[in-house]
Amino acid sequence: MQWETVIGLEVHVQLATRSKIFSGASTAFGAEPNTQACAVDLGLPGVLPVLNEQAVAMAVQFGLGIHAEIPEVSVFDRKNYFYPDLPKGYQTSQMYEPIVGPGEVEILLDDGERKTVRVHHAHLEEDAGKSLHEDFHGMTGIDLNRAGTPLLEIVSEPDMRSAKEAAAYLKAIHSIVTYLGISDGNMAEGSMRCDVNVSVRPKGQEAFGTRAEIKNVNSFRFVERAIEFEVERQVELLEDGGKVVQETRLFDPEADETRSMRTKEEANDYRYFPCPDLLPVVLDQAYVDHLRGNLPELPAAKRERFQNELGLSAYDAGVLSASRAMAEYFERVHEVCGDAKQAANWVQGELSGALNREGLAIADSPVSADQLGGLIVRVIDDTINGKAAKQVFQALWHGEGGGENNSADAIIEAKGLKQVTDTGAIEAMIDQVIADSPAQVAQYRDAEPDKRGKMIGYFVGQVMKASRGTANPQQVNKLLKEKLDALC
Amino acid sequence: MHDQTLTGLAAALAAGEFSSRELTEHLLARIERHDGVLNSFITVTGEQALAAADAADAARARGEAGPLIGLPLALKDIFCTRGVKTSCGSKMLDTFTAPYDATVVEKLAAAGTLSLGKTNMDEFAMGSSNENSHYGPVKNPWDLGAVPGGSSGGSAAAVAAGLVPAALGTDTGGSIRQPAAFCGITGLKPTYGRVSRYGMVAYASSLDQAGPMARSASDCAHLLGAIAGHDLRDSTSVARGVPDYTEGLEAPLSGLKIGLPKEYFGDGLSAEVESAVREAIKVYESLGATVREVSLPHTHYAIPAYYVIAPAEASSNLSRYDGVRFGHRCENPTDLIDLYKRSRAEGFGEEVKRRILIGTHTLSEGFFDAYYKQAQKVRRLIRQDFLDAFEAVDVLMGPASPTPAFDLGANKDPVSMYLQDIYTIAVNLAGIPGISVPAGFAGGRPVGLQILGTHFAEAQLLNVAHQFQQATDWHLRRPDLAEETA
Repeated sequence: MQWETVIGLEVHVQLATRSKIFSGASTAFGAEPNTQACAVDLGLPGVLPVLNEQAVAMAVQFGLGIHAEIPEVSVFDRKNYFYPDLPKGYQTSQMYEPIVGPGEVEILLDDGERKTVRVHHAHLEEDAGKSLHEDFHGMTGIDLNRAGTPLLEIVSEPDMRSAKEAAAYLKAIHSIVTYLGISDGNMAEGSMRCDVNVSVRPKGQEAFGTRAEIKNVNSFRFVERAIEFEVERQVELLEDGGKVVQETRLFDPEADETRSMRTKEEANDYRYFPCPDLLPVVLDQAYVDHLRGNLPELPAAKRERFQNELGLSAYDAGVLSASRAMAEYFERVHEVCGDAKQAANWVQGELSGALNREGLAIADSPVSADQLGGLIVRVIDDTINGKAAKQVFQALWHGEGGGENNSADAIIEAKGLKQVTDTGAIEAMIDQVIADSPAQVAQYRDAEPDKRGKMIGYFVGQVMKASRGTANPQQVNKLLKEKLDALC
Repeated sequence: MHDQTLTGLAAALAAGEFSSRELTEHLLARIERHDGVLNSFITVTGEQALAAADAADAARARGEAGPLIGLPLALKDIFCTRGVKTSCGSKMLDTFTAPYDATVVEKLAAAGTLSLGKTNMDEFAMGSSNENSHYGPVKNPWDLGAVPGGSSGGSAAAVAAGLVPAALGTDTGGSIRQPAAFCGITGLKPTYGRVSRYGMVAYASSLDQAGPMARSASDCAHLLGAIAGHDLRDSTSVARGVPDYTEGLEAPLSGLKIGLPKEYFGDGLSAEVESAVREAIKVYESLGATVREVSLPHTHYAIPAYYVIAPAEASSNLSRYDGVRFGHRCENPTDLIDLYKRSRAEGFGEEVKRRILIGTHTLSEGFFDAYYKQAQKVRRLIRQDFLDAFEAVDVLMGPASPTPAFDLGANKDPVSMYLQDIYTIAVNLAGIPGISVPAGFAGGRPVGLQILGTHFAEAQLLNVAHQFQQATDWHLRRPDLAEETA
């Protein structure tokens, strides 16, 4: 039987507010345990939450970024359950009236195809603290620094049909939130985590199969692997005549498998009800319009523009618009050098290669966009040839050239890489090479005319070597051919 | 000295008749002498009070002025007080010392008052008799065999007994007005949102409201002015200016339209209480007010609606008492579930457990719509009843409680206890203000007249109450503290 996979994602994005969603405590990552938890975060008797306006603005920005409805009124609810790292015994969330209504996200698949994934809604909520099991014998430590950190939970419709689509969707969300600057998107630090709902059904069947929810998957790669494993498990189960049970599962990246956490029967009854300590959030149109007017250009729009206005291929436009940092870098390089194709080639080629080798993010690139742009300018105006350009790039990478925006020029100067385009000088070098290579000249002369093309490479190499790489290769080729052919 | 009103004491302090220290020492001595029997205080903070009294005397000597400087008060033990035990009447918080001050505590300190200590109360403010306290029941100073009412029973008894001139209470379903009535003092529950709830241990967040309990409406006006106002730390506090509540106290009442809700004079109302209330209304007529009957048709749904909404919120509010971070923790828990179960089973009293169970049940899947949502609809209807009534009349009047203070141990059945709040509970559901003023006696126990106004009509309520107190002397009666309390 042919099976179809159905996937829906709940993505938790940590919002980059300075303080917590309901208190003034800092949200900075990595502080000593319990040093960033105030009375409100500790859930002391008598404390009350006060909603952080910045978190509201960020949630609305996200909504606008996915063309979602922004309801005038949204309401916070309490989700009640006991857990040691949940100080109040309830999580303040939005169950019934979320801040962001239905919207959609466009995803780009590897084959360049586009697909729209519908977002059911997105709601604001507070994060819980962390339980630390390692450091204490027979006890559990509680760190409440993270308690009260604002989260935006983005709930998709079950619109994805493969692990690849799910990963593409997660990447699209990542790129939207980082473009908007509402999250650092740092998955390793938990700034983005997702719960994956997976089910399978016979191809052609309309009704959904029973789903399993895989909790807390925290990387693009793990999302793909967790789904692949889970689909295989469910299909095997069904083909063996078994049944999928509705349950919550955990992905174990070490074992590369998902494991059952609890079944539906064991599920909590969260007893949601409107939080009486918080007023409904009422957003007036002017406020929403103001945020809309100040939205940055988002990845989909950028991709369009790169393709239509800059003439980049769909693939290049997709790669270069994938993250805000990448897009901003590329756009600056383009601004400096004025040639979009060259800029795209250098950013995706030499620069991305070097960054990948060193495991660096583009924000940490040792070569600035201005420096790279300056280098490309010298390629375009024929000051250096391609080979020399790579040398200059390496030098820039290692911090040579003084670190200024025009470092490329300094390196070209210092290393004498300026391209030789003076015909007389090139001719002189050619004459010398021909004089020094009688045997090769003889071979060339004796060869069939249509074989000579390949043989010219030797002479080009010698001339380039003689020029220490600085001779203009096109000129060398042309002049050599003229001179050798004259000898035949 | 101990029988005077706040206003009287303020004048005496200003005139230099005695110092704040002398007054404080006197009251501390009375507490020492009488509170062993009355049990109105859980914690007496004598040293801090004397230090604050000295500071107030020094401030006064420097020429600093203010109507409340150097006046001793008491705080219901539901208000967080930095460095002082804040038990909320519960074993759960017997060991809890608050690391911060509630907003109202800060405001009272800023106004120059000082606190003699923390008063007894029903555990987590759940009760109508003060018999649900971990620290034992409070005795009514008018009759040691009677309850003082609840849940602010300690505050009411302390004020009535002359241990302190005024105190703060909280009112979720009548917890200021009913004990004020039972103890013969004046107690005001402000409009929901008028006074910050920050630092007040939560029982039912959408109903809880702090207010003054004192010997006169005028005293309540002074105190309300000191504690009211918008607080950035409480989103449900209302951003609205605070008037000078003392300014309009003397306004004449001619033309005042009084409504008597017929539902407040029906079955279950003691004849003696009714007759005292009707006498009081005659006084108002003599002051130029007109009286008419009105109807609040959804009154009989108030108690059922309240006992869905309040326990629902309480079940969630009290989840934080889990033995993990603060409060009572059981000995040697074997695992997490054992820690939760035993800490909560040992830390909470019976009535608190009952309400947590009710609330947990009504919020459960399958019951939420039938109970919680339905109760919220009823709540809107009850609120509308009042708004409709206030279209026709200025204030509503009736008894604060169907009976005078009942005997200790008389209401063993929880439902009969819940029915004690029949005239007060709807007021919290509607969010409107209400005041109880002494209006006579029934069988030697005080009777309270309840006056209700529309949202933010506190100034009017205080004016109406004050004018009654200018025409009567019920509020000046003091219990004769028999030697047995000494």
